[in-house]
Amino acid sequence: MLGAILTGVIFALVLVFFGRFLKRRLAILFAAVPLGLFLYFSQYIKPIANGDIITQSVSWLPSFGINLDFTLDGLSLMFSLLITGIGFLVFLYASEYLKGHQYLDRFYGYLGLFMAAMLGVVLSDNVVTLFLFWEITSISSFFLIGFNNNDKASRKSAITALSLTGFGGVLFLGFSLILGSIAGTYSITEMLNAKELIVQSDYYIPIIILLFGAAFTKSAQFPFHFWLPGAMRAPTPVSTYLHSATMVKAGVYLLMRFTPVLGGPDSWHYTLLAVGGVTMVYAAVQIVSKTDLKAILAYSTISALGVMIFLTGLGTNKAILAASVFILVHALYKATLFLITGIIDHKTHTRDIRKLSGLRKVMLPIAIIGLLAALSNGGVPPTFGFLGKDLIYEAALESERWNWLLTGASVFTNILLFYGGFQVGVKPFIGDLPAKYEKITMPKPQLWIPPAILALLSIVIGIFPLLIQDSLVVPTLNALHVLEDELHLKLWHGFNLVLGLSMLTILIGLLIYFKMQPSDKRTALFTKYEPLSPKAVILKGGFYFKKFSFKWTNFFQNGYLRNYINTILLFLVFLLGFLLISHIQLKMNFDAMTDITFPELATLIILIISVLFAVITQSRLAAVAALGIVGLSISLIFLFYSAPDLAMTQFSIDTLTMILFVLVLYRLPKYLNLTNPRNRIKDVIIATTFGTLIALLALEVWQVTNNNEVSRFYAEHAYTLAKGKNVVNVILVDFRGIDTLMESVVLTVAAIGVFSLLKLRLHQKD
Amino acid sequence: MNTIVLRTASNYLLPLLLLFSIFILLRGHNLPGGGFIGGLIAAIAFVLHAFANGLNRTKKLIKVHPGFIMPFGLAVSFLSALVPLLSNAPFMTGIWASDPIPVIGHIGSTLFFDLGIYITVLGVTLTIIFTISEAA
Amino acid sequence: MELILAIVVGLLYASGIYMMLRRSLVKLIIGLILLGNGANLLIFLLGGITKGSPAIIAPDQQMLTEIYADPIPQALILTAIVISFGLQAFAIVLIKRAYIVAKTDDLYQMNSTDVYS
Repeated sequence: MLGAILTGVIFALVLVFFGRFLKRRLAILFAAVPLGLFLYFSQYIKPIANGDIITQSVSWLPSFGINLDFTLDGLSLMFSLLITGIGFLVFLYASEYLKGHQYLDRFYGYLGLFMAAMLGVVLSDNVVTLFLFWEITSISSFFLIGFNNNDKASRKSAITALSLTGFGGVLFLGFSLILGSIAGTYSITEMLNAKELIVQSDYYIPIIILLFGAAFTKSAQFPFHFWLPGAMRAPTPVSTYLHSATMVKAGVYLLMRFTPVLGGPDSWHYTLLAVGGVTMVYAAVQIVSKTDLKAILAYSTISALGVMIFLTGLGTNKAILAASVFILVHALYKATLFLITGIIDHKTHTRDIRKLSGLRKVMLPIAIIGLLAALSNGGVPPTFGFLGKDLIYEAALESERWNWLLTGASVFTNILLFYGGFQVGVKPFIGDLPAKYEKITMPKPQLWIPPAILALLSIVIGIFPLLIQDSLVVPTLNALHVLEDELHLKLWHGFNLVLGLSMLTILIGLLIYFKMQPSDKRTALFTKYEPLSPKAVILKGGFYFKKFSFKWTNFFQNGYLRNYINTILLFLVFLLGFLLISHIQLKMNFDAMTDITFPELATLIILIISVLFAVITQSRLAAVAALGIVGLSISLIFLFYSAPDLAMTQFSIDTLTMILFVLVLYRLPKYLNLTNPRNRIKDVIIATTFGTLIALLALEVWQVTNNNEVSRFYAEHAYTLAKGKNVVNVILVDFRGIDTLMESVVLTVAAIGVFSLLKLRLHQKD
Repeated sequence: MNTIVLRTASNYLLPLLLLFSIFILLRGHNLPGGGFIGGLIAAIAFVLHAFANGLNRTKKLIKVHPGFIMPFGLAVSFLSALVPLLSNAPFMTGIWASDPIPVIGHIGSTLFFDLGIYITVLGVTLTIIFTISEAA
Repeated sequence: MELILAIVVGLLYASGIYMMLRRSLVKLIIGLILLGNGANLLIFLLGGITKGSPAIIAPDQQMLTEIYADPIPQALILTAIVISFGLQAFAIVLIKRAYIVAKTDDLYQMNSTDVYS
């Protein structure tokens, strides 16, 4: 499985180097990568249907409990097949859709990386690696949304999407770390055993808040949904793949995956029910105000995601079954609708449904595909969509509480989804053909075969649901620990309430489709309330936050060194001063101090005098000479107190520093006397306060008996282990050798810096 | 500072000081000294020579640009740290020859490590000082 | 002795900071050097100072048993001294370069850095 994930990464890497040569004619071959992966995953259908779970574990950071653990169970398999299967069709489609595009190689690179990361998300059993893959999907989505990077609106949408999904990513990281520390493991499988512990922990509420934040941003739930319509700026194959069929379902996947671990408490179920319910209704209502094909699809996707979350929140066996089936249903019909939207856009260069009509006369096969997808979308028998909708209504009706409210909301949503599907899949093809579209011909097979396959699947599975029942649906339920004894997916349940609701949905849907044509008036009505929408509110918040950060940064980072130093010092002085005054009793233990002899005293006095002289003098040369004396005195102090190595080093460095100064001194500017006396007095006070504080601190720390365990170890083992008698040198070259090695690297970098700073030619613009 | 006395003296001082720096390097493991100090002393020797005879003559004496000495020193250090890997010991384990060699004493991989430090410090110091005195 | 050393450390810190608060570039370097010396001495002092017994094992001994100076702060300071040389050299050159480009050594005037890119 690691191999499967790496394939996508390697594919992306290969494109970096060879993409230029391959993108012209051979782009269609790229589709072999997802196809191969699809076949690879299909071979597991049988073993997993028999109840096997395939695992793989590669050690990565075992000491942190972070490993590349992968688990392929029913749920993962269903998603993997979706990712690679739809991936194959999208890769194929894009080879024609973006034919000849300058950055086609880049495009496929991002797609490949995304596919790898998405597989990683659904296969990971370790929450930390899951988080990593999760982030890569956000990042590749960012690049794909902003693929037309010379379009300002694209870039803006990409950033909005990245900010929201990235924000969710941070929450996810918090979630995985807290959950991991409570459960004592990062493995999702092992967390199942710690369910009691987690659910009863005090951190349960924070944990689910973080998880919900991550899932809702990724799966575009209210009020974070608005990045998804913006993401429609991406080329249509991307919208199909990432923003409808796979990536946006990652949030749903996550919630389903963690249902066995975290599900149960009311807070879990009611939050999901509420957010999913609000999202599905809210987004469904938005559909009627849209006239752009992709905008309609975006809102209907958000609404469908809301349905999935809503079902996960219901949490009954029926509901989980409905959610699993609906994920498949939705992926099939929505991808089809997106792909034919792409064809329409490609051929007519517009996506405005008010301008499109009669296209069946030039593209009949496309019209049929569109109709099939719209039927599945609307839940008309005998499509797969009918099956999915039936299950949703059944689940809603069986709810223990508020079943009529929930059912009503579902029916309402489905009516509007029906309307949206017909607007996209049927409306552009009926009516009269405008003259300017008469020359349109059928697209190339690469464009129409992918949607055709998907549309056919919608019908075939609808008629023969047993095809997926035991191979995909049952294993998925098993993976979620849902035990459904008598599961029979079938079209005909007899005349009952659910069938009645289904028929009602279709009827009303048809009615509003024919009665309610898109109108500017309605769009205007929605625009009027736009400032109250979550998008406007959150973006406004973001705007003020940005303004605030500018002010904040400019206040602290104003470019004056004085200011930086003063800020740091004042903060330190207050912090340390407070601690010193409140917590530590100043005392002086004179007995423990070493005696002082005349040479030492003399050295110290010279040192003090030369420091003061260096500060006061107006001559640069005198200051440098004083500095030299300071260095020499310190070297003497080292010598007095048993540090011969230090004394020698300090002495040599002092010499070299003096040489350095002498070399550049006269090239350096003369002293300036720019500061006014008031500032100078202020500085003296600040500096003295800080110096006093350091001195006090030094004395206090010195009096604390320090733990010499490490030093003792070195002292005892320097000779026995490292055959050296100079312990300082043994530490440098043996015990802590890597530090020393790195230090010499740092020195080299400094020397290179000096060299390049001086030899670098100045490119002066003015 | 281009005086005859200094010039003559520096011609003798350079080899003497270099010898001294190597002595300091070698004894470093058991007595005060080591690669850092040795390298600094060697650098001072060359800088003194440059003061007396002019930068160009010193440069001619060294032959290579001191910038190239730095990576060489780093390589020596790093390779000496790699040696233990050959005998399946962890990176940077000290390995020692069993018999002492006259004058130098016991030889071990850490000695070469220290030698690498010596060379690096020498290279770094000379690069800095030569570059600055050229450009200033 | 420790008392006086602590005072010296405080003095080095204070004068280093004071010099860094000036507007002149050269004073900034001097301040940096003073501060670096202060930090070295501080670590040295905190490690506990011992007279006349360096951390060197006597020729006839296998390990240090008597009172000895703590070798760890010494090893730390030794590298710090060498690194600070690199830092000083870099700082001097950087300041020289900044002086050439900005044509001023007044830190206040260098504030609007964007002009000189």
